Amino acid sequence: MNIENFKPMTVYTIYIASTPEKVWEALTTADFSRQYFSGHAVEVELRVGGAFIMRTPDGALHISGEVIECDPLKKLTVTFNVNWPALVEKLGPTLVTYEIEQVGEAVRLTMSESHDRPLSDDILSGGRQGWPAILSGLKSLLETGKPLMVKLGPPQRMLAALKELGIATP
Amino acid sequence: MSKPEYIYVIYIQAPCEKVWDALIDPEMTKDYWGRHRNRSDWNKGASWSHEDYDDASNVAITGTVIESERPHKLVLSWVRPDSINNPEKTSRVTFTIEDQFGASKLTVVHNELDAEMFSGISAGWPAVLSSLKTMLETGASMPMTRRNWKRGK
Repeated sequence: MNIENFKPMTVYTIYIASTPEKVWEALTTADFSRQYFSGHAVEVELRVGGAFIMRTPDGALHISGEVIECDPLKKLTVTFNVNWPALVEKLGPTLVTYEIEQVGEAVRLTMSESHDRPLSDDILSGGRQGWPAILSGLKSLLETGKPLMVKLGPPQRMLAALKELGIATP
Repeated sequence: MSKPEYIYVIYIQAPCEKVWDALIDPEMTKDYWGRHRNRSDWNKGASWSHEDYDDASNVAITGTVIESERPHKLVLSWVRPDSINNPEKTSRVTFTIEDQFGASKLTVVHNELDAEMFSGISAGWPAVLSSLKTMLETGASMPMTRRNWKRGK
């Protein structure tokens, strides 16, 4: 896959009082992700071409993808495809990149969600609603040891836009 | 052509009132907002300024309180003192604080920006608001935001 064709359409940066090692671990292990990613478990083979998966709390496959770039403690790029029929065919693949930088005593984590074609703000609203909550939760978990108690409603605006495109959603 | 808009959202494990108070309390802003204070009576129509905590004559940003509804909404105009009365250089910041099961969702919309201000605040808001969250959740802000950035560099 040629990632040159992908453009970041949602970018979120957050600073975390932690280390690159801990942030990397939180992004790549299920014990952490279950506590900040709406209960989802990440499974990733940390090599280029390795599988990237997120499972719902009941074990179902929710996101499937592949590792595109892997520079441990610094950068992880994966395809991040929600497992809804026809979604990838109609919208193309989604690319998610995490970049980790040490900034003084803190870590700057930047998440970029990229796509290979223009998408409407309605479609993008799902990620724009979700990422700040997910990464705020990751920060709380690493800094306080406790998950953040927020509950997100379903991304109504995105679901309506998907329905309009004939993409079935649960 | 519309002027650029910047949006940042962060969730904080603290009630809305605490988040609101942290935005305006100089003893808190000095620790998470680069050793600056925000000064105003915070009534609608009042002036406000963002100034060096140690030297009040050094004003970085000033403006007017456009809306003030504790603890949910604060809207400010935002301009450098040398550009006051220049609408091209005057931007607007809207803080919205919503309850999320006892936690808060803080949304900062900074719009009507010129290119120079856009670039400055795009780098600034994530650091300031990340540190605000850290301070409210752990009791101590992030060290990088306790220093005065202009003086520090």
